[in-house]
Amino acid sequence: MKCDIILAGVGGQGILSIAATIGLAAVEKNLFLKQSEVHGMSQRGGDVQSHFRLSDREIHSDLIPYGKADLIISVEPMEVLRYLPWLSPEGGLVTNSVPYVNIPDYPDKDEILKEVRKVHNSFIIDADSIAKELGSSRSGNMVILGAASSYIALPFESLENAVRKLFGRKGEEVVELNLKALRAGRDAAPR
Amino acid sequence: MQSFLLLGDEAIAQAALDAGMSGMYAYPGTPSTEIMEFIQSSAQAAEGNVHREWSSNEKTAMEAALGMSYAGKRAMVAMKHVGLNVAADAFINSSVTGVNGGLVVVAADDPSMHSSQNEQDSRFYGKFAMVPQFEPRNQQEAYDMIFDAFELSEKYHLPVLFRITTRLAHSRAAVKRRKPVRQNDQSLPSNPRQFVLLPAIARKQYKALTALFETMPSEPLISRWNRLSRGGDRSLGILTCGIAYNYLLENLGDNADRYTVLSVAAYPLDRGLVSELVSNCEKVLVLEEGYPFIEEQLRGLLDRDVRVLGRLDGTVPRDGELNPSIVAAALGMKTAMGKEVPMLVKQRPPSFCKGCGHADLFSALSEVMKEIGPGRVFSDIGCYTLGALPPYNMVNSCVDMGASVTMAVGAADAGLFPAVAVIGDSTFTHSGMTGLLDAVIKDSPVTLLISDNSTTGMTGGQKSQATDRIESICLGLGVSREHLRVIVPLKKNHEENMNVIREELAHHGISVILARRECIQTATKNKKAEAAIKTNNRE
Ligand code: SF4
Repeated sequence: MKCDIILAGVGGQGILSIAATIGLAAVEKNLFLKQSEVHGMSQRGGDVQSHFRLSDREIHSDLIPYGKADLIISVEPMEVLRYLPWLSPEGGLVTNSVPYVNIPDYPDKDEILKEVRKVHNSFIIDADSIAKELGSSRSGNMVILGAASSYIALPFESLENAVRKLFGRKGEEVVELNLKALRAGRDAAPR
Repeated sequence: MQSFLLLGDEAIAQAALDAGMSGMYAYPGTPSTEIMEFIQSSAQAAEGNVHREWSSNEKTAMEAALGMSYAGKRAMVAMKHVGLNVAADAFINSSVTGVNGGLVVVAADDPSMHSSQNEQDSRFYGKFAMVPQFEPRNQQEAYDMIFDAFELSEKYHLPVLFRITTRLAHSRAAVKRRKPVRQNDQSLPSNPRQFVLLPAIARKQYKALTALFETMPSEPLISRWNRLSRGGDRSLGILTCGIAYNYLLENLGDNADRYTVLSVAAYPLDRGLVSELVSNCEKVLVLEEGYPFIEEQLRGLLDRDVRVLGRLDGTVPRDGELNPSIVAAALGMKTAMGKEVPMLVKQRPPSFCKGCGHADLFSALSEVMKEIGPGRVFSDIGCYTLGALPPYNMVNSCVDMGASVTMAVGAADAGLFPAVAVIGDSTFTHSGMTGLLDAVIKDSPVTLLISDNSTTGMTGGQKSQATDRIESICLGLGVSREHLRVIVPLKKNHEENMNVIREELAHHGISVILARRECIQTATKNKKAEAAIKTNNRE
């Protein structure tokens, strides 16, 4: 088993919380993992990505080769397109539909979504609205992770446990909100 | 023992603590920052009373670490690759003085310049200083090698260079820990003149160093990290350095034993191993992250004894970091490629956070500079370098830490008036102060804007040595009170700030404008931390 994931977004959107959740879940399942992150300059509102590799065998490269990713998870719709060269022909993608506009020439949203839909196996979710409805506008990332969960070779309960571990320090309320977001994402996605 | 999910940086930090390090010294710089940050947040470090304060710059860090080593304790110093340029004076000489307590110097290189102004390869510094070097292949090795590095350092009384690159520094994997070792007791060097580099002493010690360096390749603590594995296919042999080995294995998959491979992770390299590799194949592919350091040595000046493939003949791109796809191409393997990036995808360069004080300063400055003319703003390394991008387009130089001040001084010497320098608070105390002293002594017609956000913003908000000290530093260096102005970069002060800038630009002598407002990110972080403390107190 191997599962190579590219996480995409804009610096400051917190894609590393998604990475950390999958990471904890993978550790619970005793899988090998490597997760390369972006720190530094591009964290200031530039494009950021994380290569996340899971396997039941030893993983060598910290980076995923082109054309080999099984999944792209993106918290921003234009950013998901940036990593298409990494996606394998059988791979899928899950992206938030809400643009993060911090450049003057940001393209038309409908045009972006049209490009996303061209990828077979793509799922677009309005994570911001779902998170807001749940009363936790800041857990959009967990909604997206929930929506992608069926593509990730990990039991859903392990992701739930990971959320409990990750947000445990912030109190029961935060944990519950994030669990709700994770489940809402899962329930919104086709299975 | 239990395993932990650690970044390469964190594995190094944890290893140093477990190896009995007593002092960590550093100045923040991507991709090395997380080493010190890990130690600062470690309970083990606090319990062991390990020194873990940031230094003013890499040179002071390097020297303080050397001082701790002098006093018999194990010390580590960490920096980004260009930081080693700043520390170079101390670093190069530390191989001639040698050390007492173990001393490990971590240099984190940034090939492809993810967050840097060049991609220099620190291995040249190691060779230059004639010290042993380690270049781990993965996070676990990064952890384990630190123990060897300290041991080696104390065995030969030499500093050890520990070279990593971005992808190892910032990638997480499971790491198994060892049982912690006790810190050294304090002790003086057995030879009281060891650290006195008067020519007569230095000559003797340098001679000993050159002799010692010759013997290094066969030292087991080094050679055990370099592995030759024989393969049946003689058409190609492969030499990898550090993490390049992982990209090779990624591509060879189940055929890992097809070629003869020399996987290097410590230097200096044993000639015997290399000649064994060469005699087992028709040509050698060299895969290294960074400059063609080994490749050049293998080719030699005449480049005719061995057929070498690598960065110098275009088999591998001449610049930029490696990745599995580049290595696949170098092996002549077919590379898969997903869909192309659609045309409509736009570049998303980094930009100021919403509400950042630097942005308000640049708004005011750019409006004033429109009245004066282009090409006069020398800047420096930090978030404020983003003032070079639209809509400001305000920065005409960004070279190295502190160069804003001194380049403005030089341009003023050439008659450029007014010359403006823009520097951040932390960069100012790193390397800007001495330049300001030059300017004060000549009373250069330079306006220095210190954009003081009370933190080291770019690297994620580390403590700035400048906080609460800038006025007294400037006055102490001799800036006159009259031409030391303080402004608050906020939209509502825009007109007023423009006036202050105008007035000081008109002054034919050195003046300093201190624009002070806390970094938004740091302010938010501090508020959260305060709130957390309050809730904890209430509970
Ligand atoms: S991190 Fe701080 S200094 Fe840097 S751009 Fe953001 S607000 Fe400005």
